[in-house]
Parts: sequence; C-alpha cells; structure tokens
Amino acid sequence: MMETLGVWLAAGFTLCIFSFLYKDNPFYKLAEHIYVGASAAYMVIFVWSFDVKPMLIDRFIVNGKVNWSLLFPAFFSALMLCRFIPRIAWLSRWAIAFTVGIGAGIGFTMGLHGYILPQLKATMVPLVNVNNIIIVIGVLSVLMYFYFSIEHKGPVKYVSRLGRIFIMIAFGASFGYTVMARISLLIGRIHFLLSDWLRIIK
Amino acid sequence: MRGLERRIIYLLIALSVIIPFLFKIKTKVEISPPVMSAYNTIESLKEGTPVLISIDYDPASMPELQPMLLAILRHCVKKKLKIILMAHWPLGVPLGQEAIEKIAKEYGLKYGEDYVNLGYRPGGAGVIISMGREIRDIFDCDFKGTPVDSLPLMRNVHNYDDIGVVIGLEAGSVGDWWAQNLGPRFGAKLILGSTAVVTPDLYPYLASGQCQGLIGGLRGAAEYENLVGHPSVATIGMIPQSAAHALIIIFIIIGNIIYILQRRRK
Repeated sequence: MMETLGVWLAAGFTLCIFSFLYKDNPFYKLAEHIYVGASAAYMVIFVWSFDVKPMLIDRFIVNGKVNWSLLFPAFFSALMLCRFIPRIAWLSRWAIAFTVGIGAGIGFTMGLHGYILPQLKATMVPLVNVNNIIIVIGVLSVLMYFYFSIEHKGPVKYVSRLGRIFIMIAFGASFGYTVMARISLLIGRIHFLLSDWLRIIK
Repeated sequence: MRGLERRIIYLLIALSVIIPFLFKIKTKVEISPPVMSAYNTIESLKEGTPVLISIDYDPASMPELQPMLLAILRHCVKKKLKIILMAHWPLGVPLGQEAIEKIAKEYGLKYGEDYVNLGYRPGGAGVIISMGREIRDIFDCDFKGTPVDSLPLMRNVHNYDDIGVVIGLEAGSVGDWWAQNLGPRFGAKLILGSTAVVTPDLYPYLASGQCQGLIGGLRGAAEYENLVGHPSVATIGMIPQSAAHALIIIFIIIGNIIYILQRRRK
C-alpha cells in the first residue's frame, strides 16, 4: 500500500515538474516549493544524523571512557555559530581558517602528486603513433593559447589558434556527454512512469 | 510562435524516448575499450578477493549509475568476490543497500560474510587518505552500528593493500579524489563509473594509468550489463537514447540551415 502511494506521489510530482515545459503553473510551483522545503529539512536531518550525532555526541563517552579530544572539534563547531551574532562574528574565522588550512594542505599534495606530475608523465610520450602525436601537439598548442607574455602574432598566432581548436573540440565532447546525461535522466523518468506507474512495460 | 516551436521540440524529444520503449526495439551494444578494461580488471581478481565499492551519488543520478552498480555487483558475485560498500554521499548508503539487497536475494548472499555496507563518513579526500592507513580509523562500525571487527569479511581487511580493486561510482568530484590519491599514494587499483557529465573530466586519469577502467553514463552501464550477460534497464534505454540523439542532431542541422538562410536574406 505504502509502495503504491509512493509510486503515485513520485509520478504526480514528476508530471507537475514536466508541466513547466508547457508553461509556468501552480502545479509546478507546488512541486517546486515542496522540493525546496523537503531539501532544507533533509539537510538539517542529514547534518544531525550523519555528522553531529554519530561523529561527535555518540563518541564523546564510550564504555564510560570520555574522549576529551572531541572537545576540540566541538569548540570549533560552536565558533562557526558565532556568525549569527554580529558582535562576535569574527570568532567564526578561526574555524574557517582551520578548515581552509586542512583543505589547502590536502589539495596541494593531491594536486601536485596526484594530478600535475602523473599528467605530465602521461604527456611525455614517444612520438611513435598518431594518438601520441595528437596528445603532444594538443598540450603544447593549448599551453601556447594561454601564454600571454608574448604577443600572439606570426607563428605563435597559428599555434595558439590550433590550441583554440583543441579547446573547442574538448568543449564539444564535454557538451555531447552533457546532452547524453540529460537524455539519460529523461529516459530514467519515462521508464519509471511507463513501468512502475502505468505498468505498460516491464 | 517562438514559444510554440519550443514546445514542439519538447514534445518530439519526449516522443523519441517514449515510442522506442513502447515498441521494445532491441539494439546491439558495442563494448568500448575503457569499459572492457574495467571488466577485465575485475575478471582478473581471484575468488574471495575483497572489492571496495564507493557509492558517491544520490537519487538525481540513479538512472545512470544504479544500473551500473547492479551490473558491477552481478559481476563481483559471479566471480565470488567479497563486496564492501561505502559512500562519500550520505544518500549513497540507502541506494547501495537497496542494490546489494536485491543482488543478495537473487544469489543468496549473507551479510557480514559475502558483503558489508560501511555507510557514510564526512571528510572526502581526508577519508580516502586515512583509509589507506587503517580502515577502522574511519569506519569502526558498519552503517547499522555493528563493530567492523565482528564482521567476518572485514577481519583481515585493514587498508587498500587488502583490497583487490576500488570501484568509485561518481556523480561529482569524488572520482578526482580517488584517482589523485589511490594510485599515486597507495599504488592501489581503481575503476571509475560516472555520470556522462563527469566522464570527460575522468578520461585523463585513464590515459595516465591512475584508473584501470572507466564506465561512462548510461551507455557505459549498458555495455557492462552486456558484458556480464544480464541486459537490463540501461540496455533498454539505448534505443531511446539513440533516437533522442538523432533528433537533436537533426534539430542542430535545421537550426544552422535556418540561421544561414536568415543571414543571407539580411
């Protein structure tokens, strides 16, 4: 019974959202507002159920043993809430600085060790086949396109133009994949309507 | 008039998706090298090897990634691999559980021995790095709160050295974190499956060997379903996908012809 109700609700909301394709209407607005409200409520539950309670509160006292180190994140979390009080809002910057510091530290090593160096290595390939030649020419010409210390004229102009063509091809491929993704979502919804709701197809 | 034209385009796109569904037109799916490589990586694992599957998506990406997850799970079960689920997205936990329960029912798998679901932990890249030292530092219990050490499957699994391959199913940037840390830092194997929007960003990792296979979008899911010998939702979606793509190409051509004609008239 509950499953059937869920399917009918999902189908109803899907049709309400699709109705916007014809024109803006109260059914679309209703579905939109419910979605926004449910998302906000979900975020509150999410932060409490997945972060604060299991990671902080439940672990503070385990088997009678107090985990004092958890006072540190609790203190910084409380500082974040100072943003709502203008007079002491500056205190929240300590917590933000801590987060930014960790993010920058992880991001730096990840970016250098996990992205730049392996990608540089993957670009330094022997020019023995067409693919490798395209990779090397593509990388060099795109780098030249973004090199602004010299004026783009003469041979440099042609190399940077070639770089622009490579960038356009990359954008085209990316856009093609995006179209495929959006159509896949439509397919998913229509498959749901035809199978789970209307039961026309299995 | 312009508004009406827009609606006609929407209607035609909808029909191009609905009609192939109704007529149940079937198609042959060619296997691309990145998907084949992903399949071969799992195929090369010995029976009983644990694999870690990270469910990094939510219901918005289900149409593309859930069929992919089901196909991968089927492959793992057929190879008698041990499955460890985890999530960087909180809503990935119930989606992963739903899929594994379906497969467990089909193949008679037992929780704790054949598969476990560790659940979600916040922290992103920090979680990935810490798990390389000791999984228990991050996941000391599963998603139900059961201590990890009481689960037989997890007894000898401590870090990536004890895992055959990590499979990340991605709808966002977590795939980058996996690729940038797993191979370069820990020398572990990685397969990425992603929504089509994310796929172009992950191709460089395939070229550099930071991931061993890449399954992109609904098309990639359909390829994997066929490799596993269980064509399902993704394969059914291939004809509507092709029909919609063909229609969009026709629209682009017509749009350009009209644009050129209008420019000539001016």
